[in-house]
Amino acid sequence: MLLTARRQDALFAQVARAFAALVLLLLAAIVIALGFAAWPALLKFGPGFFVSDVWNPVTKDFGALAPIYGTIATSTIALLIGVPVSFGIALYLTEMCPTALKRPLGTAVELLAAIPSIIYGMWGLFVFAPFFADHVEPFLTATFGNLWLIGPLFEGAPTGLGVLTAGIILAVMVIPFVAAVMRDVFEIVPSVLKESAYAVGCTTWEVVRNIVLPYTRIGVVGGIMLGLGRALGETMAVTFVIGNAYRIRASLLEPGNSIASALANEFNEAADPVHRGALVALGLVLFVLTMLVLAASRLLIARLARREGATT
Amino acid sequence: MQWNGAASGRYRRRLALSRFNLRMSLVTMALGMLFLFWILATLFANGIAAFSPALLTQMTPPPGSAGGLRNAIAGSALIVGTATLVSTPIGILAGIYLAEYGRDGWLARATRFVNDMLLSAPSIILGLFVYTVYVLQVGHFSGWAGSFALALIAIPVVVRTTENTLRLVPGTLREAAVALGAPMWKVIVKVTLKAARDGVITGVLLAVARMAGETAPLLFTALNNQFWSTDMNGPMANLPIVIFQFAMSPFDDWRTLAWAGALLITLAVLALNIVARAVFRQRAMR
Amino acid sequence: MGVALPLVEVPMAACATASPFDAPQVANPKIAIRRLDFFYGSFQALSQIDLDVAEREVTAFIGPSGCGKSTLLRTLNRMYSLYPGQRASGEIRMNGANILDNATDLNLLRAKVGMVFQKPTPFPMSIYENIAFGVRLYDRLSTRAMDERVEWALTKAAMWNEVKDTLAQSGMALSGGQQQRLCIARAIAVRPEVLLLDEPTSALDPISTARIEELIFELKADYTIAIVTHNMQQAARVSDRTAYMYLGRLVEFGNTDQVFLAPVRKETEDYITGRFG
Repeated sequence: MLLTARRQDALFAQVARAFAALVLLLLAAIVIALGFAAWPALLKFGPGFFVSDVWNPVTKDFGALAPIYGTIATSTIALLIGVPVSFGIALYLTEMCPTALKRPLGTAVELLAAIPSIIYGMWGLFVFAPFFADHVEPFLTATFGNLWLIGPLFEGAPTGLGVLTAGIILAVMVIPFVAAVMRDVFEIVPSVLKESAYAVGCTTWEVVRNIVLPYTRIGVVGGIMLGLGRALGETMAVTFVIGNAYRIRASLLEPGNSIASALANEFNEAADPVHRGALVALGLVLFVLTMLVLAASRLLIARLARREGATT
Repeated sequence: MQWNGAASGRYRRRLALSRFNLRMSLVTMALGMLFLFWILATLFANGIAAFSPALLTQMTPPPGSAGGLRNAIAGSALIVGTATLVSTPIGILAGIYLAEYGRDGWLARATRFVNDMLLSAPSIILGLFVYTVYVLQVGHFSGWAGSFALALIAIPVVVRTTENTLRLVPGTLREAAVALGAPMWKVIVKVTLKAARDGVITGVLLAVARMAGETAPLLFTALNNQFWSTDMNGPMANLPIVIFQFAMSPFDDWRTLAWAGALLITLAVLALNIVARAVFRQRAMR
Repeated sequence: MGVALPLVEVPMAACATASPFDAPQVANPKIAIRRLDFFYGSFQALSQIDLDVAEREVTAFIGPSGCGKSTLLRTLNRMYSLYPGQRASGEIRMNGANILDNATDLNLLRAKVGMVFQKPTPFPMSIYENIAFGVRLYDRLSTRAMDERVEWALTKAAMWNEVKDTLAQSGMALSGGQQQRLCIARAIAVRPEVLLLDEPTSALDPISTARIEELIFELKADYTIAIVTHNMQQAARVSDRTAYMYLGRLVEFGNTDQVFLAPVRKETEDYITGRFG
């Protein structure tokens, strides 16, 4: 042996350690590199960058508000639809599903998660958007378009492309992830605990609401945050159907833009360094946004865990 | 008192609420399955119609003519393959560090935190990062850049699954090996890792499946190539970008090819997932 | 603390001929079990059980592991109905109706037949809420009345003084013995008619066990109690009647004194004297 066993060990340990440190450095590198590249644009536009909704490559005036709005709006819609549906699916799989169907249906949900996002985009553009435009949007405009407060949300020509469509497709993408996480944590609840609740005469829903949900709330919160993070950063599913329009309109049926789709559509054609810089700045905003969501979720989870753990 | 029948209005409301909510959960399940079938049916219907041997024998065509996806398939295989070769050792070694050496030390905790961040980072941002630090510096797009970006996506997955699987290996196994006088690295590589082998393989397969389906990170790195090229140092054709470009175009021929490519990718990803699952189940049964 | 029933002189002749499959010896039983069979899938876990559970008495079920005593207990509040593939046939009459009937409302049944499990299972809520939760399901009480009910239940479970200042603390923060007493308090707070105890002290230390046994003795003045225990001495200490089961069959059933001191069947005697099981 060239090296003694001890030296072998030390070498191996160092190598492993180095690779772990590499992961750490990676994050730092990303923040620094993006920050550098975005700096000139940020410097030029100042804080106004974040509140301006102008995006004009000709006059070289860029503002991030429209894509930021689009990102947040589509993700919000995705969660508003996705979380209750995921909860329903997890509830079905754990409480109502016949035993023989549990495994196949659970696998089906997981396979939905594995489908690449570009497929969702294509399906969205060629199949769902036309369907939505023909059958759903007119209905929405007719029913809600004239209502007092939410009316403006549903005005507009039914093209099928827009913030709402993108939000719905995002919801369909996010549901398998969140549902799988919820189902996993629901299954871990000890059956003795559930039986105790049944034993005082609870209905099934009462057992879920009062016992299962509080017991699993850490996992559930984690799952929802995971879904949110995914929705914020999703590119392909949104790019196909959001309509690529740099404007903020009240109506959800109007086209818009998200940060990711803006980058996907424009970056390679943007020859001008100011244009490029503005796009990189957008990317930095998205990165910071996702990191904030992650940090918030960890904080929330830590707080929930502390409340539970402190009592042991 | 009877056990059935005359019950208070309040109780009947509770019961009705429970029944309603359970029925709604059935509805959501049906809704989920509906979308799954709708998407898969669309994909298969459009994709199979476009399947032909030409896919594998011809290159991506200019607009308005028929062709195949040969260069794209080869390019994807090269890019994903390279990314796998790079990310697997890094991920496994980092995972080993987290599970066996660092455990709760400051470096391990920081790395785990950062790993979670990378895991959740939008893939398009990772592509943007590679563009900024690599493509800009060398001045051109390349397959290497694409692999770099994909590796960044795969590494956090492999790190996490490796660490989790290693942690599941019982401590008594390690202790037995150490008690024989084996050096730590041998214990890890020949005993612990072997015991965790199936879980680690599952993690790698899932990472590959994830990489295979990603489009965004390749947008600014590998770009695309109309022609056949195995030169990793230049722009490289790849399935996802081809699909993106062709699908968004107004040309029918291109759109048909896009569907075929989409079906190909989905089949590959689903196959990888099924294999990973089978490996995992085999391990669980042992 | 021993069995409170006066010793009944059972003539030896009567014992010798009394078959455990005769009509059981309780007048006006709270629960009358007749010809009960139970199946886990195709496996038969209980065969033709005929048994009476007397009102306001403690009936113990003893026997070696796998004899079906817990299974029998869980038929009394239809807990098995949660799991497809588990089914029972026969009759269990309580309050004039057969609870095995499909028309039986399970939630109402379980509100009247409480259960305490082997492992303490405090709900993820405060101590106060643990108790109030079950009460709120079926009763609408003012805050004052609820406070009183909570205090009453905790007092009955012999833990009011220990927790009266920390009612807002999580139920999961208590010690094992306290958690189990909390579960008992929770079970009686809803004022059931019957209490089912499934090995309630097997996970507890001897001191907590003794306290809970005292509790059972006090509770039987108000409730009908059925207890499953693998600890024969506990059955002898705590119960008025004892049923010995083996391999899903009821081998012997009678007054505790008689079963332990003068068992009719040889199998019973073998088990009790430790020759087997």
